[in-house]
Amino acid sequence: MPRALSEALSAFRRAPLLTGLSALMVGLALLVLGLFSLVAYNLRQALTAVEERVEVVVFLREGARTVDVDATIETLRAIPGVEAVIHVSKEEALQRALTELPEIQEVSSDLEVNPFPASLEVRFLPGSRNAAAIEEVSNAALAMPAVEDVRYGQEWVDRLFSLRRIGAITALALGSAFALVAALIIGTTVRIAVFSRRDEISIMQLVGATNGYIRRPFLLEGAMTGFLGGLLATFLTWGTYQAVYHFLFSLDWIPGQWVWGGIGAGLVFGVLASGMAVRRYLQEI
Amino acid sequence: MIKLLNVTKTFPRTGTALDSLSLHVPKGQFVFLTGHSGSGKTTTLRLIHMAERPTSGEVRVSGFSSQRTSNRELWKVRRRVGFVFQDFRLLPGRTALGNVAFALEVTGTAQKDIRPRAQRLLTQMGLSSKSGSRVGELSGGEQQRVAIARALASDPLILLADEPTGNLDERATRGILELFWTINALGMAVVMATHDLELIRAYPRARVLELDQGRLVYDSQEAN
Repeated sequence: MPRALSEALSAFRRAPLLTGLSALMVGLALLVLGLFSLVAYNLRQALTAVEERVEVVVFLREGARTVDVDATIETLRAIPGVEAVIHVSKEEALQRALTELPEIQEVSSDLEVNPFPASLEVRFLPGSRNAAAIEEVSNAALAMPAVEDVRYGQEWVDRLFSLRRIGAITALALGSAFALVAALIIGTTVRIAVFSRRDEISIMQLVGATNGYIRRPFLLEGAMTGFLGGLLATFLTWGTYQAVYHFLFSLDWIPGQWVWGGIGAGLVFGVLASGMAVRRYLQEI
Repeated sequence: MIKLLNVTKTFPRTGTALDSLSLHVPKGQFVFLTGHSGSGKTTTLRLIHMAERPTSGEVRVSGFSSQRTSNRELWKVRRRVGFVFQDFRLLPGRTALGNVAFALEVTGTAQKDIRPRAQRLLTQMGLSSKSGSRVGELSGGEQQRVAIARALASDPLILLADEPTGNLDERATRGILELFWTINALGMAVVMATHDLELIRAYPRARVLELDQGRLVYDSQEAN
């Protein structure tokens, strides 16, 4: 292995321009993937933030008995995925309305009775904010004697979940397409690098080098080109992120696993492309 | 040492290159393989080097059979069979010493032995003073000597040469032939493809095999 490593490094030294261009091409191919990941990750974060606000409001009947309200709370709390059930009394509901809606303040003094119903706010655990969980809570609540009505903005929640599904499918399709394009560019780039050394390969075979001996430095070179391209793509994506963050709007940096995944993809693409290109020459001679 | 048993080689585009060819070259023999262009000389050498497989028949080289030697094992054949080409096929970015050392490196010679062995091989080729010269600085004859030194790096039992003097002037040609005879005198079989009949006549001790349209039409050994 040290021989293969020193051969791969000496190939870098012998043709720095070709190697640099190869790494640059790989870097630019992966940059597209990096920028896409940045956009996809931030869209996902935005959707998750919206999703966190998904809750079910269970309105209680006027004069519902405390024992029935407690039974409702216990029933809803027992449903898997429910994080909390918060009881909002009529007085608290009025106070909230007065705080949040200034126009109510003007008419509140004329009110003889408090028109706001008591309610239960049901919040969900992350990962359980989906249509099925919401429906389960809604059905369970409507079956309880203390419950008047259940609201959760069905249309809005349905749209949100459709948007999430479309987003996931689009991200998968576009991400796969970008990954494929990156793989093709990396494959072509590495093949050009191998092509430039086809004479060396043919002479190695001529004098009796084993296929493994011939292949190893090229695989390592492919891995190094892919790794360097991955690092370059990370650097360029980080630069773009910084520019957008400081001059346009605030956004989140992609998670570390995604970054290492991208660099790893560059490395794997490099090795595979190199392996395939050398294999072709080994079969030709 | 080398046996071709009823070998036929057909290429999809150009058709039959060798047609039921059988021959035997024993250890230490010097053979001229001659014939017109397209007669099958190069194909015969490539089959002996196992760069090609026969369409039918069998090639046996130093204990290896074309029918039983896998692609993964070809390197073992290549180390027993040196090959020299008309166009030398040297690495232009390296020196004469670098080209020979490259062959020693890739065949697993210990690092400390590479340089002295490469230098010794070049000295045997009469190139001791040219070891540091780049390929482009060498004459055609000198480049071919470097190629021969490289072919000998793995101590082969057989040396194949495909029109090795085709690009050389008369003086350089004589020099290369003398070198081949010296190598042959050490016990190595030499099979040299050439269409230069004058050259063949100059070395009557050698066996001559003539091919025509892929068939063996003359064998000096049988004629005598």
